[in-house]
Amino acid sequence: MNAPQSLARWADAGSSRVPFWAYTDPQLYRLELEKIFYGRHWCYVGLAVEIPNVGDYKLTWVGERQVIVVRDRVAPKDRDTDHGIRVVENRCAHRGVRFCQQPHGNARSFVCPYHQWTYKLNGDLAGLPFKDGVKDGDCINGGMPPGFDLKDHGLAKLRVEVLHGLVFATFNAEAEPLAEYFGPQVMPWLDRIFKGRGLTLLGYNRQRIPGNWKLMMENIKDPYHPGLLHTWFVTFGLWRADQKSRMVTDAHGRHAVMISRRNEGGQNAAVTSGVTSFKADMQLHDKRLLDVVPEPWWTVDDPSDPGTSITPSVTMITLFPSLIIQQQVNSLSTRHIVPRGTGEFDFVWTHFGFADDAPEMTRRRLRQANLFGPAGFVSADDGEVIAFSQEGFAQWGEGGSTLCELGGTGIGGAEHMVTESLIRSMYAYWRKVMGQ
Amino acid sequence: MTEEQRDRLLLQLEIDQLNAAYAATLDERRFDEWPGFFTEDGRYRVQARENFDRGLPLALIDLESQGMMKDRVYGVTQTIYHGPYYTRHVVSPAQVLGEQGGLVRARTHYAVFRTRPGDASEVYNVGRYLDEIVRTPAGLRLASRQCIYDSEMVLNSLIYPI
Repeated sequence: MNAPQSLARWADAGSSRVPFWAYTDPQLYRLELEKIFYGRHWCYVGLAVEIPNVGDYKLTWVGERQVIVVRDRVAPKDRDTDHGIRVVENRCAHRGVRFCQQPHGNARSFVCPYHQWTYKLNGDLAGLPFKDGVKDGDCINGGMPPGFDLKDHGLAKLRVEVLHGLVFATFNAEAEPLAEYFGPQVMPWLDRIFKGRGLTLLGYNRQRIPGNWKLMMENIKDPYHPGLLHTWFVTFGLWRADQKSRMVTDAHGRHAVMISRRNEGGQNAAVTSGVTSFKADMQLHDKRLLDVVPEPWWTVDDPSDPGTSITPSVTMITLFPSLIIQQQVNSLSTRHIVPRGTGEFDFVWTHFGFADDAPEMTRRRLRQANLFGPAGFVSADDGEVIAFSQEGFAQWGEGGSTLCELGGTGIGGAEHMVTESLIRSMYAYWRKVMGQ
Repeated sequence: MTEEQRDRLLLQLEIDQLNAAYAATLDERRFDEWPGFFTEDGRYRVQARENFDRGLPLALIDLESQGMMKDRVYGVTQTIYHGPYYTRHVVSPAQVLGEQGGLVRARTHYAVFRTRPGDASEVYNVGRYLDEIVRTPAGLRLASRQCIYDSEMVLNSLIYPI
């Protein structure tokens, strides 16, 4: 038998039954890191506004590899073609030390504390002590071998692309250009929020969620749960099944956008009857918590119906494998998934506003941030149910699978939210990448 | 001991008692009483140290009135789905930082432990209260409480007030 052994153990056709081992198998997870996070995919590493000045840097993650995102010097002649942002791995080329320990800062160069190997901001090795040995009388002791060339021993450099101030990086030489990677179906929804607009950084929230990283992607490709799990959404009409909605995917099914428009909330038997999370009598004591003010940029030409306009109040964008971009009314954030083994990931929220926001709008965005994040009226329970999902998978084992058949077993987009097709689309792509 | 020193100690003792009552209210889950520790337009904010240190305005919880605090209480007791847990607040003696225009500024260190039923206890949220306190006919009230937490990585979710 010389034929390569098939590693596929996904027995069912299609992607509507996701096996529990897809969330719990450590070997499969190592393969996911290689093929997905370090493979032909672009991973989010931050916002350009986080490192405004030359030498500014921050630490972040691509998969389980810690990287440094830094703003390099750019010669005046290159300023039109070079955004100046470099992403290098935080691992010394000498002895593998994770040399940078401050989560953010400003540096002229990076120096590993162990043996003072020194790197330029672009990751090139600038020098190291005793490279040419140490003179002792007439002889020279030690030093690097004659063929040692600084050029061969820089930090691992990632490819970097910046789209409207969003910074992405990849270890892979063959990943397609970033705009192609997202595809023409998804790009208009990134343009809508970011194109031509300066961002302001409002701050971070971090949470460690005891579940598989894919569950977070699923959560934001799942329009079924928000109007059921989240009292605030169903009661105040922020997201529920009687709203005009659209589910969009790219051609591969890996990225998605959930688009919807807020309604007035309140009773509608079709979507509130028997829904225990719906609270008919719920009134806010302080209505400022939901002081929603529509913004001009919400309205855009409808990408799928040219000549007409569309005004969503919510767009939830999942960019495979590790980024979620949230617009929920006036609250905006990026949410970065950092995998930490089969059953745990860190979820880093970066809230932002726009450079031309009036102080009242900034305050409104901060106030509405009470709905989102690790303590959010809406999002806190997402982390909780993800933990409970992982516990359920782990207690059963090899034979189990999730059932993901709302709206059938097919993949692709939809003009409503009563479907799980975006999750199926992602797993159809995942099966291809993972050889399952 | 001068009269001034004695007054200062008494004030610290009063603040310590306020903090003890506050902690007991939360740990005994009498959440409806929690907004009563604040003035009507009181501020309550739970903020990661990294945001505080860098002057970034985002908070984990950011409430601007007793009304919003009541909404938070309704939210955590009636709407957010989460695994049950108990909290235990351990607070340090208060340090009075100053007094100006009827507002007393104070700093107190806290540690909150989380215990899920049937499980071991874990360190949940550690930080400091930065308070502005006013004297009212009903006793001391918080005009502002900022909980600046060192534990930047929240263990999944943070539901109840700190």
